[in-house]
Amino acid sequence: MFNVFPALAVMDRVKGVELSGAEIVVRCLQEEGVETVFGYPGGAVLYIYDALFKQDKVRHVLVRHEQGAVHAADGYSRSSHKVGVCLVTSGPGVTNAVTGIATAYMDSIPMVILSGQVPTHAIGQDAFQECDAVGITRPCVKHNFLVKDVKDLATTIKKAFYLASTGRPGPVLVDIPKDITTHPCEFQYPESVSMRSYNPVRKGHPGQIKKAAQLILEAKRPMVYSGGGVILSNAAPQLTEFVRLLGFPCTNTLMGLGAYPGTDRQFLGMPGMHGTYETNMAMQNCDVLLAIGARFDDRVIGNPAHFAQNPRKIVHIDIDPSSISKRVKVDVPIVGNIPDVLDDLLALLKADARRPEAAALEAWWKQIELWRARDCLKYDRKSKLIKPQFVLEKLYEVTKGEAFVTSDVGQHQMWAAQFYKFDRPRRWINSGGLGTMGFGLPAAMGVRMANPGATVACVTGESSIQMCLQELSTCKQYRLPIKIVNLNNKYMGMVRQWQQFFHGNRYSESYMDALPDFVKLAEGYGHRGVLIDKPADVEPALREAFARKDELVFMDFITDQTENVYPMVPGGKGITEMILSEEL
Amino acid sequence: MRHIISILVENEAGALSRISNMFSARGYNIESLTVAPTEDASMSRMTVVTVGSEDVIEQITKQLNKLVEVVKVVDLSEAEYIERELMLIKVRAGARERDDMKRMADIFRGRIIDVSDNTYTIELTGDGRKLDAFIQALDQGAIIETVRTGASGIGRGNRVLRV
Repeated sequence: MFNVFPALAVMDRVKGVELSGAEIVVRCLQEEGVETVFGYPGGAVLYIYDALFKQDKVRHVLVRHEQGAVHAADGYSRSSHKVGVCLVTSGPGVTNAVTGIATAYMDSIPMVILSGQVPTHAIGQDAFQECDAVGITRPCVKHNFLVKDVKDLATTIKKAFYLASTGRPGPVLVDIPKDITTHPCEFQYPESVSMRSYNPVRKGHPGQIKKAAQLILEAKRPMVYSGGGVILSNAAPQLTEFVRLLGFPCTNTLMGLGAYPGTDRQFLGMPGMHGTYETNMAMQNCDVLLAIGARFDDRVIGNPAHFAQNPRKIVHIDIDPSSISKRVKVDVPIVGNIPDVLDDLLALLKADARRPEAAALEAWWKQIELWRARDCLKYDRKSKLIKPQFVLEKLYEVTKGEAFVTSDVGQHQMWAAQFYKFDRPRRWINSGGLGTMGFGLPAAMGVRMANPGATVACVTGESSIQMCLQELSTCKQYRLPIKIVNLNNKYMGMVRQWQQFFHGNRYSESYMDALPDFVKLAEGYGHRGVLIDKPADVEPALREAFARKDELVFMDFITDQTENVYPMVPGGKGITEMILSEEL
Repeated sequence: MRHIISILVENEAGALSRISNMFSARGYNIESLTVAPTEDASMSRMTVVTVGSEDVIEQITKQLNKLVEVVKVVDLSEAEYIERELMLIKVRAGARERDDMKRMADIFRGRIIDVSDNTYTIELTGDGRKLDAFIQALDQGAIIETVRTGASGIGRGNRVLRV
């Protein structure tokens, strides 16, 4: 490959050399320090692909479907804290990307999506591969831009990265008409941008932090409830210090797993619809609830009216004011960047000689241990069939809890969240908000790209995996040795579970007949496939797969079709109205 | 309760649809929405009339503030404010009705701005209730056509919304 840019880079700093729009796009990516772009070429982005070809700083990863590109950029970002970047063409390129963009939006993932557009003179003419990209993506991006003049291109891309990565992060789309990519313009990448309409806060209000400290010191039955915001803002160290300093019980939501060590005694497990008994009981019965980077989602607190029945004081720390008092009224709202707020709060508490009443805290822990003794995640260990929970326990053991684990959506996702103990942030990668089946495999590609050499497992099911299965081909091209743990029960398990509980066992369209032979399928893509149908084979199969450092191994575990996820809070119920496995 | 919200927004393509889209996506009501550039051409001012509980209005203002192009938001109805709406109404005004109609327009301080053999077009400004009252006061058969701008609002006295 032939590299023209290093020489240019020196020159245009001084003089300002004219580049084409396409070259400007690539130079902007270089200036942002982007190493990897996930994408798929097409007519409207041909010049950009040409400019990519002529340099070697930004690596392009060719996916097999634009949805895969966005999920891969998403997994890349979640596992590395860098902004994920993808490049797609106009029309179907953008519409295919929409599911991925909405997924990233719901989970507040920093991402920049560059999309091609038909030439400016053709916009609105129903041109070939034209769609209103800005209009279609508007409800599922943090912001988006249509670039109408090459002079605005560099500043717009700078703004896109700035918006994506600051405040409450999120995806930002930049739509670039084809003619703009050919227009010449002097290139200068702005050092910084400021927007009068966008000023994200950092520090929390000192008065509010003082009030929070006071509530904490008065707490008799405290509970710390942390969410995805702690992961996104890299506040896990502060959270851990805070929880340990006070000796409080702590829960991490599905999006927040790994923020506080999952193996620690003070960690009670995930809250919510499939949360642990002890966590849900503690959430409901605490007298002071500290919500940190969490948003009282319907899957976490269930019915808000039921949740409000128990009186408790709530402190809510979040960067997004609109997350505060949206579903649950809070007493002490603190808007700010979580690490900043927790630093200030920790400083206050450390300077204060007082501590919460020890006897009360001890009694509270005694109560929690009684709840914990219910052992709500127990399952039948003597079964002759493979229990999915068993596979995940073994996955945890075999990978020593060190793997990056991505998941798709459904029962397997919940079991992975319950049984894989994450001790570190950014190790658990899943689509929590939108619940996008098909997320796991392309996300795992992005994780591995961001963390070369890391162990990456994709926990999935036979239904989810088929939604972005084509990416097995990408894995081959880039030699991504992902370990796919397919929990195959021939059902859309979570749909089947709801149908069993709430629809009189009428399994309407949740059974898949004519499933592919996944072993052959994996082999067809050039990977290794293994079928495991006996409990005794689970651990050896996992050990062998993870020993194969350079190969993608597709493990097809034939699991018990009747297994359900417990505990379960039925939709619309309170979080303590749980169905437990022991009750059945 | 009815609230009247003023929004300063960057005068950029798509800003209007971003705002109206947020209302529909989150299930909030819009009774009326007006928008036009301000004395600073880089900025538009929007007035939205909406109905909702205090919680809903709080969320609306937070969600508006969250939009990247929104510079400032104020709920005018939190304090003293003035609102005005313009209505153009075309009414039957044949030989028989002409005088009555003229008198009615005068009572409401309307102005007749267009006249034909059998119609008047009346211009009327006021708050929404005044315009409603005028419509009520007319013989319904007399109304041929109405067009209303929706409310614009501004704070009273020293209450100012600017950057």
